[in-house]
Amino acid sequence: MKARVHVTLKSGVLDPQGEAVRHALGTLGFEGISAVRQGKVIEIEFEEADEAQVRAQVELMCENLLANAVTENYAIEIS
Amino acid sequence: MRAGVIRFPGSNCDRDLAVAFGRAGSTVTMIWHKDTFLPAGLDIVAIPGGFSFGDYLRCGAIAARSPVMASVRAFADKGGLVIGICNGFQVLCEAGLLPGVLMRNARIKYICKEVELRVETTASLFTSRYTRGQVIRIPIAHHEGNYQADAETLAALRAEDRIAFTYRDTPNGAAADIAGILSENRRGLGMMPHPERLNDAALGGSDGARIFESIADSLATA
Repeated sequence: MKARVHVTLKSGVLDPQGEAVRHALGTLGFEGISAVRQGKVIEIEFEEADEAQVRAQVELMCENLLANAVTENYAIEIS
Repeated sequence: MRAGVIRFPGSNCDRDLAVAFGRAGSTVTMIWHKDTFLPAGLDIVAIPGGFSFGDYLRCGAIAARSPVMASVRAFADKGGLVIGICNGFQVLCEAGLLPGVLMRNARIKYICKEVELRVETTASLFTSRYTRGQVIRIPIAHHEGNYQADAETLAALRAEDRIAFTYRDTPNGAAADIAGILSENRRGLGMMPHPERLNDAALGGSDGARIFESIADSLATA
């Protein structure tokens, strides 16, 4: 079983990397972009096959390490 | 004074910090991050600058969860002095010993230069040798020094006189121009600039030395 954690900056938090990407896209001629936000994806593979258990564990991982609650949100996808 | 300097893989200001403490009359013990206890009788634990664990995940995030940090937390809870400089500040924030977070500099670039700081409070064990409002020169060298916290935290820092240093010309986008803050019990200091790097007239100035001398003073009179 695999968990995919999406860590993104909370809205309102300045994302200088996203801004730089937006500028670069503009330079390449891509138009109509109002904002770019950059985040990260963390994939974790489990031997465990129980989805509820995996989800509970990943929640704990996010709270304790994978995301910083001051500035980041996380979303968990399990497959 | 007995200081302990913690070393993580990737710490690179640990020896400078040891020299700075030594010059202020302290004995210094280096502490490995995998140690599960601190040497007995320490007055202060110092977390140096560098790139602990390669800045993987978030700056300071992995170091903040390393074995020694449980002991540092217990030490701080008992009123022990803790100072974190640069990466050390990031580690203290990630460990929850100081509020807020250090984010990527607003203009993205790594900045290495000398900056002017304003001493915002002298009511701390770390800043008693300065005068309030004094402008000092200290070098910075960071990519993630943009201090951010929610409005409530910033208001509390202001109201409780816990902003230790501000930048005169903020280089990194930090909220309220914050360069360094004190913990709730005022016995912890986190700051992005490197006082240990401007600690001797031969290095171009000694404004940073006052921090280590302030600590020595407070311990001598305690």
